[in-house]
Amino acid sequence: MKSLPIIFCGLFATLALSWAGIIWRGQEQLGGLQPMSEYYAIDAVSESFRFEKPQKDETRNPEARVGLAQQGKAQYIGLGCVSCHTQQVRRKGFGADYERGWGARQTVPRDYIRQERVLTGFSRTGPDLSNVGERRDSANWFHAHLYNPQAVSPGSTMPPYAFLYEKREITQNGERSAKALELPTDEGYEIVPTLRAEALVAYLQSLKLDYNLPEVRLPEEPQN
Amino acid sequence: MPSESKSSEIDRSMKLPGLLFLLSAVAWLLTGTVFALLTSIKSTFPGFLANCECLTYGHISAAGSNSILYGWGGNALFGVGLWILARLGRRPIPMPVMLLIGGVFWNIAVTLGVGGIIIGDMTSVMWLEMPSYATTILAISSILIGVWGTLVYRYRQPGPVYISQLYILAALFWFPWIYITAQIFLFYLPARGVVQVVTNWWYAHNLLGLWLAPAGLGAAYYLIPKILGRPVHSYYLATVGFWSLALFVGWGGMSNLVGGPVPAWLVTVGIVASVATLLPVLIIAINHHLTVMDSFDRVAADPSLRFVVFGTISFTLASLIGCVLSLRSVSEISQFTTVMEGNSQHFVYAFFTMIMFGAFYFMMPRILNCSWPSGKLIQCHFWCSAIGITLMLIALYGSGWIQGTQMTAIGAYGDPVHGDFLQIVQNTIPWLHARTASILLISIGQLAFAANILWMLVEAARSCYCGMIGAAKDAQGEKFLPETAAS
Repeated sequence: MKSLPIIFCGLFATLALSWAGIIWRGQEQLGGLQPMSEYYAIDAVSESFRFEKPQKDETRNPEARVGLAQQGKAQYIGLGCVSCHTQQVRRKGFGADYERGWGARQTVPRDYIRQERVLTGFSRTGPDLSNVGERRDSANWFHAHLYNPQAVSPGSTMPPYAFLYEKREITQNGERSAKALELPTDEGYEIVPTLRAEALVAYLQSLKLDYNLPEVRLPEEPQN
Repeated sequence: MPSESKSSEIDRSMKLPGLLFLLSAVAWLLTGTVFALLTSIKSTFPGFLANCECLTYGHISAAGSNSILYGWGGNALFGVGLWILARLGRRPIPMPVMLLIGGVFWNIAVTLGVGGIIIGDMTSVMWLEMPSYATTILAISSILIGVWGTLVYRYRQPGPVYISQLYILAALFWFPWIYITAQIFLFYLPARGVVQVVTNWWYAHNLLGLWLAPAGLGAAYYLIPKILGRPVHSYYLATVGFWSLALFVGWGGMSNLVGGPVPAWLVTVGIVASVATLLPVLIIAINHHLTVMDSFDRVAADPSLRFVVFGTISFTLASLIGCVLSLRSVSEISQFTTVMEGNSQHFVYAFFTMIMFGAFYFMMPRILNCSWPSGKLIQCHFWCSAIGITLMLIALYGSGWIQGTQMTAIGAYGDPVHGDFLQIVQNTIPWLHARTASILLISIGQLAFAANILWMLVEAARSCYCGMIGAAKDAQGEKFLPETAAS
């Protein structure tokens, strides 16, 4: 066990085993997933959802995130939101994600295939965000929450992101900006979201688990 | 055949690279602790420094973990590891200037990376948050340093090979591999969908289990027998322990994906591996604990040994807790809470960092040829660290367990018992205050450590200066001698 080549072969082989068993096998199983409609036929041989049965007006899911929402994801990444928020819903019966209303169905690998960076997260200091776009319907709520979380959610420990907003004087004829927020501030001033804030809110609003996939469907009954 | 080098000669060859690694390690440790302190204060007072975008919570928590892992962990590992390799190989380091270059570039990379995180160029992938302009330099310098470690081993004096050498070589070899693999699969040729998440956990688990852990264990395997002057309990077991650790650890990270959007077999593999890791942990525990069993008076008296033994006990405890946390019925509660952060702090601080402190106390006097100026500062460092990290672990495990049980509790009618999420957040706040207090205590210890090192450097510089003057006088004297003889 003294010879360098033998030691290195051993070191290489032990780690290579775990790499092949986890990453390579995982890539083999999950790397080929495609967006699919919810209508499918099972391939009897491989027992996978091989064939789609096209129906009228159907969409293939998940859809790609585009435009302002996609720019907002860059803000989500650059601000490190992932240090407190997950984006994954555990199945009903494991934890209480369903009962908390964080998602009507569990998330599956296919949900993430169109994301160039997958941020499922590791900490729930704050609530899960997989479905936050459905839970909160108005952009104003998001803006008010980002500007001063404690004002909207008393007791929250989320840091304020006021630096994404501009506090500016209302110009002479007293006309407010169309985008100004409904927030109390000094007389003669208004709070206006920057483009970064608008993008981030567009991203958060785009986070929705409102579609069916062949392997997992939303419950038939609407959630109470 | 060249004769065996004296240890003083080996220490001299390691003096400059050793100082570079050790001093930058301490600087990063202090930086990381400042970030950790700010993060902890912000987690209870969200308005604290809230208007500064650079210091927003997401930035400084990532900057803190990267400073500690790569800045402190990497530098300490390289400095201590290479010195032990040279000592056990009984040969000076060949061309130490290459190690200096590797060390300088490693530190440039970490500086760029942490700076990049602060200005918002972070990637938001756990423990790989550094932007791409830092990661290439980091990877290349780690290869350079790893190659130098291999050379030190290759050109050792013939004679027995120790288990420490194996552990340190493994750490030097495994890091570039896991790091480059993770970079490729996450950023350069990103894998599709959740394969990224799988790669991330494979990396994060191995960063602790196959990089920091082997370095800490290797150092302990060197220091305990060396200081006590007796062999390890069982040499045969040590080898079995090493290879079984190498075989099982790589798979363990998958248990963290439980309940997530991955196939169930991946999680099961992770749980099986975590339980199997009990075998090497038990072997290592037998070897480390039985070797010091009858010598607790020596452990209490020796500054290095105290830290090292604290670290080895923490390794056993952290591994046992980690094994329990991988089980599905437990991780259902502990997942996504501060329990997981507590377990990684248990590994990084209570185990790895404490052993590295012990190694610094052993190594620095030898490379500087100088003794520690203050025993009191060492006492202060030990007790502040030991009490501080214990308090932190209680706070993190405690707050996380409360958070987890309240988050997952479901009432008789299928509704969450603690429906108000914000109330759960409020319930953890007293525990998070305790964490802030624990970091303050830890930083007092670190300041004592840094002060002692600075003091020692001043002493060493002074004695070196005096020695130079003495040598110059001697040289002058020699020059004068023949003249006086002639006259």
